[in-house]
Amino acid sequence: MRKNKKSMSQMKHFGLILTLLTFFTTSNAQDVVSVIEGKQVKVTEAAETKAEYDAVIAPYRSQVNRDLDKILAYNPVILDKSKGQWQSNIGDLMAKITFEKGNKVFEERTKKKVDVCILNHGGIRAMIGQGNITARNAFEVMPFENAAVVIEIEGKYLVDFVTYFIKEKKPHPIAGLTFTITASGVAKDIKVNNEPIVLDKVYNLVTNDYLASGGDKMEFLKKSTKTHVLDYKLRDMIIDYFIDVDIIKVPTDIKVTQE
Amino acid sequence: MKRRDFIKNTAASTSLLGLGALSLSSFQLATNTTKKLTILHTNDTHSQIEPFPLNHPKTPNMGGVARRAAIVEQIRKVEDNVLLLDAGDIFQGTPYFNYYGGELEFKLMSMMKYDLATIGNHDFDNGITGLYGQLPNASFEFVSANYDFKNTVLDTLVKPYKIFNKKGIKVGIFGIGVELYGLVDPRYYKETKYLDPVEIATDITTKLKDVEKCDLVICLSHLGFEYKNEPGKISDINLARKTKNIDLIIGGHTHTFLDKPVIEKNLDGQEVIINQVGAFGVNLGRIDFFFDSKEKVTATGKKISI
Repeated sequence: MRKNKKSMSQMKHFGLILTLLTFFTTSNAQDVVSVIEGKQVKVTEAAETKAEYDAVIAPYRSQVNRDLDKILAYNPVILDKSKGQWQSNIGDLMAKITFEKGNKVFEERTKKKVDVCILNHGGIRAMIGQGNITARNAFEVMPFENAAVVIEIEGKYLVDFVTYFIKEKKPHPIAGLTFTITASGVAKDIKVNNEPIVLDKVYNLVTNDYLASGGDKMEFLKKSTKTHVLDYKLRDMIIDYFIDVDIIKVPTDIKVTQE
Repeated sequence: MKRRDFIKNTAASTSLLGLGALSLSSFQLATNTTKKLTILHTNDTHSQIEPFPLNHPKTPNMGGVARRAAIVEQIRKVEDNVLLLDAGDIFQGTPYFNYYGGELEFKLMSMMKYDLATIGNHDFDNGITGLYGQLPNASFEFVSANYDFKNTVLDTLVKPYKIFNKKGIKVGIFGIGVELYGLVDPRYYKETKYLDPVEIATDITTKLKDVEKCDLVICLSHLGFEYKNEPGKISDINLARKTKNIDLIIGGHTHTFLDKPVIEKNLDGQEVIINQVGAFGVNLGRIDFFFDSKEKVTATGKKISI
């Protein structure tokens, strides 16, 4: 009974009392809903922490931290997607890693080579600071579980990508593809592997499963004729690259030229 | 828009009823039959075991399972008739999931004595077998009425609904999930069939109210609160409008931070409460239901105080 008194007095504080002259039509019970109260409890430091929960979490936390904080490589320059108009250093690195790691699996399976890599600017979720780097950096840059796929797609849809790229004005990461943006804002000299693009030729394009299904408005990627699932997460590619090298080396080639 | 107006108008018109509410409290005290049920709920906790760091741009130093557990325990000390529910997307978001596949999330929820959960799209992130493999770590059950798991490992393990008898209050709770196609890799959800939420909810709620004679019907939904750019898309708002017999929808998926629970009208013109508490365990939702004899409620009306 005291509980009811307390909650009724709380109602006065909340002030909002709606009298709704409709009734529940429960067919059986004599008791029906008379009052409904709703509130939200914020989970803040005002709540004491339950020690027995921390005790359960602790071994998991230390294992994860030990693993994530293990130094894998050294990074000499800050990698930041906001630096650079048409290319960013971190974007170039991500495209290179995805291209190389994806190509390795694809070539083993199909004896064919990857021609192009396309990723999205928005998919890079963090910077990588100068200094020692760990798997935690890979989780921060790529928190999603997206996995690499190679799609077979005609050259004309790569031209659609270039048009999209210029319109978007974002340094979406690319590898294997180069082009020039003219003063009037159109593309020219589009090349794949240094060869002029052929509109009806089928290219092998490595990307992630999200973009391959038209994510980030890359609808043209849905025009692919075949999809090869690599079962290789982009984050795992990054971690494997960190393990491979001692010092991070960002590719410096110019892919997009602005006239 | 309409919903906001409804709340605002009602708020303005209820200030006059303050005295009435006061007399109601003494009225309630006089009865011996009043029963109370406290619903606590979370959604989209996304493996957020730890509180957010102090420098987090949106929710600094908020959340954390050990704190949530303390709050739940505190409420259980005061209330003796509590249900603790989750509306899905328990998995994915921190390395705890990437490393342990949801083991720690389920263990901690079991310690907190969660009663029931539904399945979110991210709970398929290690495939349906990944979810199946973690079920032994969960002492609570999962419900989903519109995912047909017949040809999957979850067959018979996930029921459409569960009925709780909470000190004489019969509570029927069913689960509704979001369409998986386009959201989850088909290789992950395998032969899980997505069934129409409105049709399924209509069938189940009829059964829960008319056959099972539940006093309260709750939908644990991972449909999403509403889709402003696609108003016709099925959402909690649309589910409430297109069905009857649902008293409360506890939602998830859209990570919607509501200032307060929302009231919609169902097909019969009756109120449906919809609530969602953002994401990552930064809030705990609480809805208290008081029950009284039908005659008294008929005389005084149902009060919704939010």
